[in-house]
Amino acid sequence: MKIYKDINETKKEVLDIIKNSSLTYEQQTSGLAKLAENQLLYPDGADKKFFELVEKGIICDLDEGHAPYAPRYILPDYQKLLKEGCEFLRLKPAKTLTDAINMLLVFYHHVPSITRFPVYLGSIDKLLDPFIDDNEQAREQIKWFLIHLDRTIDDSFSHANIGPEETLAGNIIIDLEKELQDVTPNLTILYDKEKTSNEFALKCVESSLICANPAFANDKMFRQDFNGDYGIASCYNGLPISGGAFTLSRLRLNKIAENSKSTKEFFDVNLLEAIDLMIQFMESKIRFLVEETPFFESNFLVTEGFINLDRFVGLFGMVGMHECVNKLMELDNKNLSFGKDQEANELGVKILDVIKERVDSFKSKYGKIWNNRFILHSQVGAANDEDTTAGTRIAIGEEIPLYDHLKQAGMFHKYFPSGTGDHFPFDHTAIENPQAVLDIFNGGFDSGMRYISAYPEDGDLIRVTGYLVKKSDLEKFNNGEQVSYDTIQYAQEPLNNYGILNRKVRNTND
Amino acid sequence: MIKSKINKIIDSSVVDGPGNRTAIFFQGCNFNCKYCHNPETINHCVNCLKCVDNCPSHALTVIEGKVIWDKNTCIDCDSCIRTCEFNASAKIQNLSVEDLVNHIKKNIPFIKGITTSGGECTLQKDFLIELFKETKKLGLSNFIDSNGSIRFSDYPELMEYTDAVMLDIKSIDPDEHIELTSKSNELVLENAKYLASIGKLFEIRTVVIDDYLDNRKTVYEITNILKEYQKISVIRYKIIRYRAFGVRKEWENMKAPSEEEMNNLKCIANENGFANVLLV
Repeated sequence: MKIYKDINETKKEVLDIIKNSSLTYEQQTSGLAKLAENQLLYPDGADKKFFELVEKGIICDLDEGHAPYAPRYILPDYQKLLKEGCEFLRLKPAKTLTDAINMLLVFYHHVPSITRFPVYLGSIDKLLDPFIDDNEQAREQIKWFLIHLDRTIDDSFSHANIGPEETLAGNIIIDLEKELQDVTPNLTILYDKEKTSNEFALKCVESSLICANPAFANDKMFRQDFNGDYGIASCYNGLPISGGAFTLSRLRLNKIAENSKSTKEFFDVNLLEAIDLMIQFMESKIRFLVEETPFFESNFLVTEGFINLDRFVGLFGMVGMHECVNKLMELDNKNLSFGKDQEANELGVKILDVIKERVDSFKSKYGKIWNNRFILHSQVGAANDEDTTAGTRIAIGEEIPLYDHLKQAGMFHKYFPSGTGDHFPFDHTAIENPQAVLDIFNGGFDSGMRYISAYPEDGDLIRVTGYLVKKSDLEKFNNGEQVSYDTIQYAQEPLNNYGILNRKVRNTND
Repeated sequence: MIKSKINKIIDSSVVDGPGNRTAIFFQGCNFNCKYCHNPETINHCVNCLKCVDNCPSHALTVIEGKVIWDKNTCIDCDSCIRTCEFNASAKIQNLSVEDLVNHIKKNIPFIKGITTSGGECTLQKDFLIELFKETKKLGLSNFIDSNGSIRFSDYPELMEYTDAVMLDIKSIDPDEHIELTSKSNELVLENAKYLASIGKLFEIRTVVIDDYLDNRKTVYEITNILKEYQKISVIRYKIIRYRAFGVRKEWENMKAPSEEEMNNLKCIANENGFANVLLV
């Protein structure tokens, strides 16, 4: 969030982007576009008090841009594309696997998002499976489909889904994941132990212990929340298909606590004030997007029915629960900490109850699918998040024994249909016994968890906060070399400074 | 109430049987294997008290001539274990079945079952029977990790509540077995056949050492003996490289076979119908 004072400041930033040798051409282009957008003022709704909280670090707009002209996350109905084709892109209904793959690749190119890449690629197993007739040929075609995605969508916020049912396409995809070890797409299995075969689930665990993909989403929980179908997009965000998210802003809960003199002031004044200001800000942004830009009137995704305005929602995000609770404990002269102590965890739950009630009391003009309410989102973190732990996670370095950790996470996940999750590095012994990891995941889901992932402690691919990067790419980027993935820019700070590589490795001594 | 001396509980073990399990290590073993990785589990404490003074965190105290360990003060530096001259440990919890079950309950729903190990857990078979009855009620499976020194067929009640056994086959050769463990392998082999015949032999395990044990002979002969039972229930073979970690000083100079030889051993087992061979 930056307000430019004069044209010279703008010119300097233009030149900085143009001269930055570690950015690719595309990264420069999108940086320049954002800079142009940000010459505009914010839509009204962002008043003086709002900017005060921004200045204090309490509210963060994730640098979404001052004048949004497309929704942040879009989840098109790809089944419709394959079934009916697309007039705007002059595509006819798919008859063969070649048709399906190429139609998707063409279409992805035209799906906007905050990252300039499609954040949702659909349930790729279900999309492709009906078109498979020759196994070997399908494997080769899907291999190139995945390679194409990885090399052209240079951003691991791009999410594909598989499952819950086992399919031939799903099997081929998982086999290829292990072989290709790519960053994109970020892959999640929508997992339900009653629908997903144990064999396929084990294959997915095994794959995640090799290449950090796929993560596991609690399908039953998501289905209940969304009353049926949903997709996992971007980091781990559950959203309506044929819809998506207009915008995402977030509260740094820790900063609200730091700016409070007492727990009472936190609850009675500061928390509520921050919630209300952020709600107003989000509503004004959505209003601008819906009422003043042509997106929901003229974009082919809308006019041809791949997405529907009523199925978009606002995401009310938050980070820094761990530090927030600890600060409030300090204010109350209690030596208790988040994660370890039940009283501290219960205070966290109380904070969320307050947030949920307040957010739900606001009726938005938009978001019919969610009863015109904003959905809570446990955000994974961003730049300038030093000393602020992602969402409601336990801070790195403060981890507690695995089962306690999962049960603790289970207390919080229910609040966040639009996304939350925990990631655990496992040591090499786990790969010989993927059932053990699956047992732990099942236990986590039984304890109320929504989303969980494993990755190998010694692997190249790592889940930073929700998205994947390669440690080897970070090394290159640190040395000033170009890396095609955008995500490496966001990962640099967390990996270099926030200790992501120091997460407690889970092994047999837990 | 029946109690047992427990050396250690690992709440989440991925290496002690199928799925995620809570592994319980009982104190006391009737073998004395030269390569034992945790020799402090072999004997019971004789209360010589030598370790007490060496404890830097004062977690060990003496009450009525007996060493008492305070789990909460202990910093796990293992200085007591290094001091002990009797292959024992002062860090022991004396637990009832109820105590242990209460501990295990906290690990549900994350575990598939429990594995009792040691030391040699079957030396406390009466305790195991009572424990297994309770864990069965909780929907957990019961696995035993054993050196095969009690005759399993003599204890039908234990077998009723035991889902499967993971059995050490330390050597097929009688003399080599005595040299290595101080005990005969006659009963071990009888147990292997009995357990395999009732479909309760989940895994056999052999630690292999270069230039000291006839690894090929053991792997060949045991798989040859057991191959006919594979059709009843699949038996896994875990072939374990010797590692010096935790081994007593006089035996820590032995070495593991080369990678090539490990693969040879795997091939031998494969050829005898053991499709599931794990080299660790």
